[in-house]
Amino acid sequence: MNDLLLNLILTLDASFRVCIPLIFASMAGLFAERSGVVDIGLEGKLLMSAFIAASAATVFGSPWIGLIGGIFASCVFAMIHGFASITYKGNQIVSGVAINILASGLTMILTLAWFKRGGITPTLQADERFLSITLPGVDIIDHIPIIGVIYRELISGHNILVYLAFAVVPLVWWVVYRTRFGLRLRAVGENPKAVDTAGLSVEKIRYKALLIGGILCGIGGAYIAIAHNAQFTKEMTAGQGFIALAALIFGKWHPYKVLAACFLFGFLDALALRLQGVVLPVIGEVPVQLIEAIPYLLTVILLAGFIGRAIPPKASAQPYIKEL
Amino acid sequence: MTRDRRLAWINGLLLPLFNVLTAFLATAVVFLFIGIDPVEATKILIYGALGYDEGLGYTLYYATNFVFTGLAVAVAFHAGLFNIGGEGQAYVGGLGITLVALYIDPALSAWILIPLAISGGLLFGALWAIIPAYLQAYRGSHIVITTIMFNFLASALMVYMLVHVLREVGQMSPESRNFPDVTWLPFVHDVFAGFGYNIAKSPLNLSILIALLFSFLVWFFLWHTRWGFAIRATGKSNDAAVYSGINPKKIIILTMCISGGLAGLVGVNELMGVQHRLFLNFNFGYGFGGIAVALMGRNHPVGILVAAFLFGILYQGGAELDFELQNVSRDIVVVMQGLVILFCGGLEYLYRPLLIRFLAPIETSE
Repeated sequence: MNDLLLNLILTLDASFRVCIPLIFASMAGLFAERSGVVDIGLEGKLLMSAFIAASAATVFGSPWIGLIGGIFASCVFAMIHGFASITYKGNQIVSGVAINILASGLTMILTLAWFKRGGITPTLQADERFLSITLPGVDIIDHIPIIGVIYRELISGHNILVYLAFAVVPLVWWVVYRTRFGLRLRAVGENPKAVDTAGLSVEKIRYKALLIGGILCGIGGAYIAIAHNAQFTKEMTAGQGFIALAALIFGKWHPYKVLAACFLFGFLDALALRLQGVVLPVIGEVPVQLIEAIPYLLTVILLAGFIGRAIPPKASAQPYIKEL
Repeated sequence: MTRDRRLAWINGLLLPLFNVLTAFLATAVVFLFIGIDPVEATKILIYGALGYDEGLGYTLYYATNFVFTGLAVAVAFHAGLFNIGGEGQAYVGGLGITLVALYIDPALSAWILIPLAISGGLLFGALWAIIPAYLQAYRGSHIVITTIMFNFLASALMVYMLVHVLREVGQMSPESRNFPDVTWLPFVHDVFAGFGYNIAKSPLNLSILIALLFSFLVWFFLWHTRWGFAIRATGKSNDAAVYSGINPKKIIILTMCISGGLAGLVGVNELMGVQHRLFLNFNFGYGFGGIAVALMGRNHPVGILVAAFLFGILYQGGAELDFELQNVSRDIVVVMQGLVILFCGGLEYLYRPLLIRFLAPIETSE
């Protein structure tokens, strides 16, 4: 019994760790898409920020400078996306794809040029990355059954960005649903013409949304390279930007539902890792590939309207062109 | 020149040319940034890709893959669809080819088996595209998102197939057994040797003729058949298409089947032509490369052939750069792909205001 509980808690703990970048990236996507810009480029921004964060952290010896570097890199890419899709009214998806491919190539080229190794940055020392924090009171609560284990394994012992991720979600909700900017953001995504008629700049609001997205993606990427891992490695984001996009759709562009989707997908990921090679009664060996495919399958099924319906913001994917 | 003609010139030739040049210029900036002389790099690149038999063979071999995926993306673009799933369709197409090659009696003649295997690639590629197409047409989910998801699903499916189904007993690496020789497409150097000419060995094989054939077929289909017209009409204006009696839902399915099928042909070059077995990630990067090729080639088969050749040069020349220079790897080609997609796709209107302003005085003086 205790073994099962500990196993469950450890799996949950692992899901926490893997869902953090999903949370940051999907919240980033939430801002972009709520403003009417489809953000295929989440993956590229995560990757670029992971790389710059790891590089800056190793060069300057501080995780904080790494974090700032990652955020900066991600914002630059977000602004390229904005320049193409907002100012020049190009296809948002095409420029998003460009960002992903560009990030993939640039990280490879720059690791070689800066660190003389293809695809990786030097391993970070302990003081160059974000380390786990032990919350106060672990020793005291530890001997309370169940709660003690949960507190020690699940709640305590994460790095600061993990706690930040869980703080960001209510903040996003508050900004989107309770502030003037949030109202305008949602309006721009649904009916940009109305916003324009009210005398507000559609372009400015969309740029702001992308910039916020850039910051969030930057934190997510930095988490991957300098908190969850201790260096940048080739293609280390491994499609997490796309899973975040799936979570965004699965959560119907609502912060809390998106959080739940991130957690579900993170849990599946952790589960797939734990079940690798395990032989279960009745089922036999679990095909890990199937569990890994579930997030994508679920998203496709949801999008097809077989379980509920995911309706994107009305103006998404359309560049706003003022009347001629 | 009338105003319309002039605008057509600007949109059709001048703007794309400027965009491509800007992408090259941006790549040169990247080279400078990492401390490499772009002129020197270009020389090495071009020599590596075109300077000798073997290099040219490799260039054309890479170009063949880009023709298939470029055509795939372009056909979809003509119907107003962005097929981002070429990567997955190419992968699953390879499965179709493998199944035919491994499980149909190898005693049959090559004249039957090879077309069958190619059809296997077409069919499986199309099958992998038909579900997103159906979902877009009848269930209202967006093709871009579903095709992305299907890329990941394809990758999971193929790992499963290779690890659990196609891998031979006792074999460690996840790959299928070798195809029977009768399904192999001849290498071009062997064909030439048959006629008494000796050229250097390279992976270039007769798939390149299949690529040329399909380029012609796509051109003929899009501009000279009723269905092709329906596809282009739907892409230009959905409403107008409906009004003229075209059913856009069917067009979506048809277009995506063709698009997926074309992507599925990457395996013809890679598996039947060169590797003669199925292995992990044989499709890697060609699906996304196809987007750059289609955008650069303005979605026209002739443009695509040119763009695919150019990307072939970059791939092969990039390998040469890797070899010759310390500070750069062939991933520079990926950067370039990204820049081409950015400047020829996302920023395609970058120079339009400038050109229109530049030409306006000439116009008024007429």
